[in-house]
Amino acid sequence: MKLKRISLLAVAVAGVVAAGSATAGATFDAVKKKGFVQCGVSTGLPGFSVSDDKGNWKGIDVDACRAVAAALFGDASKVKYTPLNAKERFTALQSGEIDMLPRNTTWTYTRDTSLGLNFAGVNYYDGQGFLISKKLGVKSAKELSGAAICIQAGTTTELNLADYFRANKMEYTAITYDSSDETIKGFEAGRCDVLTSDQSQLYALRIKLQKPDDAVVLPEVISKEPLGPVVRQGDDEWFNLVRWSLFAQINAEELGVTSANVDEKSKSTDPNVQRLLGGEGVKGEFLGVGDKWAYNIIKQVGNYGEMFERNVGQGSPLKIERGLNALWNKGGIQYAPPIR
Amino acid sequence: MAEPAPDLTRPARPSRLTDPKFRALVFQILATLTVVAFLVYIVHNTLTNMEQRGISTGFGFLDRTAGFAILQSLIPYSETSTYGRTFVVGLLNTILVSALGVVCATIIGFVVGVLRLSSNWLIKKIATAYIETFRNIPLLLQIFFWYFAIGFNLPGPRQSIAIGESVFLNNRGLYVPAPVFGEGFGWTLAAIAVAIVAVLVLAHWARRRFELTGQSFHTVYVSLAILLGLPLLVFVATGAPLSWDMPALQGFNFRGGLTVIPELFALTLALSIYTAAFIAETVRSGIQSVSHGQTEAASALGLRQSWTLRLVIIPQAMRVIIPPLTSQYLNLTKNSSLAPAIGYPDLVAVFAGTTLNQTGQAVEIIAITMAVYLTLSLVISLFMNWYNKRMALKER
Repeated sequence: MKLKRISLLAVAVAGVVAAGSATAGATFDAVKKKGFVQCGVSTGLPGFSVSDDKGNWKGIDVDACRAVAAALFGDASKVKYTPLNAKERFTALQSGEIDMLPRNTTWTYTRDTSLGLNFAGVNYYDGQGFLISKKLGVKSAKELSGAAICIQAGTTTELNLADYFRANKMEYTAITYDSSDETIKGFEAGRCDVLTSDQSQLYALRIKLQKPDDAVVLPEVISKEPLGPVVRQGDDEWFNLVRWSLFAQINAEELGVTSANVDEKSKSTDPNVQRLLGGEGVKGEFLGVGDKWAYNIIKQVGNYGEMFERNVGQGSPLKIERGLNALWNKGGIQYAPPIR
Repeated sequence: MAEPAPDLTRPARPSRLTDPKFRALVFQILATLTVVAFLVYIVHNTLTNMEQRGISTGFGFLDRTAGFAILQSLIPYSETSTYGRTFVVGLLNTILVSALGVVCATIIGFVVGVLRLSSNWLIKKIATAYIETFRNIPLLLQIFFWYFAIGFNLPGPRQSIAIGESVFLNNRGLYVPAPVFGEGFGWTLAAIAVAIVAVLVLAHWARRRFELTGQSFHTVYVSLAILLGLPLLVFVATGAPLSWDMPALQGFNFRGGLTVIPELFALTLALSIYTAAFIAETVRSGIQSVSHGQTEAASALGLRQSWTLRLVIIPQAMRVIIPPLTSQYLNLTKNSSLAPAIGYPDLVAVFAGTTLNQTGQAVEIIAITMAVYLTLSLVISLFMNWYNKRMALKER
């Protein structure tokens, strides 16, 4: 298993070593030509990207790729998935093995500037938290000095944790596992007192526990984790398509357009709705796609709110509140530039 | 001196093109140039591509602050150390687990290999069952088994198994007192060094005397007395400058003392048990390669059974055992890279894992990591080849 992963990584590295030079528009043209989007997702994180027993992928990150496919091909199912662990993800994108990477990946300065990558937007505002066994009776993260803490390797989580404990002058022992499955097993086996990760993941991991009710998520959020889809630098056409596919979904929610009423709304006289659905004014050709691009996204994938509730919100086992991810005019910070 | 008459029957010197030596040289130079040109092209192409795509290159990242914690470190390390230091920490952890694994695997392997040839039916079958079981289960599964078997079956820190007042065992590891060396402990260290030199000189003298006169000497007992007695005498004379840092339960965990983490324990155990099964078979084949006539000849000469084993069978068996043993040591070292699966902070977990992900410089880091494993393997090979030469049949 491990060896396979290392060889996967080695193949990806070899890809960077041997690949020819990239030209502007290369990704957009290549995707259009081959007829599907190659989408890098996680190896299995409920709510974000997880495959069911029939091999169908679901989740908020999966929907990011489906939205792009709907805009480009008019068919959200034209996506192929590559499951990647945290270590492999950037190399896979850099080497061209995948076209876009919506894999609960935090947007940071280093990643945006030194890896040859661009973050196209934020599809989930997250923050790092702690999961702890109820019987230890801890109420706040400030009481965690001396604790043993399980983490998954290769994430911003490791750095945030170190920063938080250093800033609060507390000690800790970090046990760093390779995958989220081993992390949760280590926590259950009692190797550590606390499991730390992005809060959304904690809720997802908690339902994997044998007795989910024995563990609680502490109230403290110790970091900013804006998660979003990533693309390679050097193809602005592709970057625009990925970015505006997400913005179209957010705008649709704001305008009250859903997958159920989108046909009816097409006849609406509201100019904002008309522009979104390709009726008047702006044209799809600016993005290099058909005029019905946003219509297809909303019809087949849904608006942002629908996507959220279906995957991680009240329509899912995770039951995460909208919180920061509510629209800007509903108390959250999800905000998209207007389509005009 | 008269010049010899030219040999007229032989044709003139052949053309260079048909000279096999010259042609071989040309082809070798051409082949080397092709390989070098290919490497230069690959490196150049990589650098150009990465620059074009805005990916940082170079080894400057080794001086930047790492900012993450590592579970076990043999040298002082904190979150403010550099990425370069994470490399050293990971490397030392890899060497530690490999070295422990090699020692344990060799001991278990030799014992099981000898037991497999035992005339006792039960012992023989147990040894066979051991070999066939552990040789045929994938190593990664064995690592998981030992790790989670330990984790699920030991109590938590607050219900630790206490051995006396100072040693504690729980699912966070084994806690033992750590020695704190006081002023003047250097004298004891010096005494140990003197004792070791004395024992070496004594052994040399005893062997010479035995070869010259045939008189034997109780080297073992006298050596033990020197090794233990001299340092102890100095230690007491300098006022016993040694105290112990005891582990004590504080908050979530034990603090103080030395901790053996369960990851190290489980990984060493799994690597040793797995590799020992292969070594046992090597040892068996080595012993079986020494013909039974040698044993009979030795007993005809009146040698004791233990001497027969030590002086006749083992030295000859070693010649067959050492080369495949080298391969097993290499395998063990490379297999130690399975460590990240259970969270042991080896080179792959720390450097090719967290550091790679934080810096994103995959090409440089994977190259360094491969170079390290290559170097480790070559060092082991060199040492074993030297040892093999020493043990090889010396024809006089």
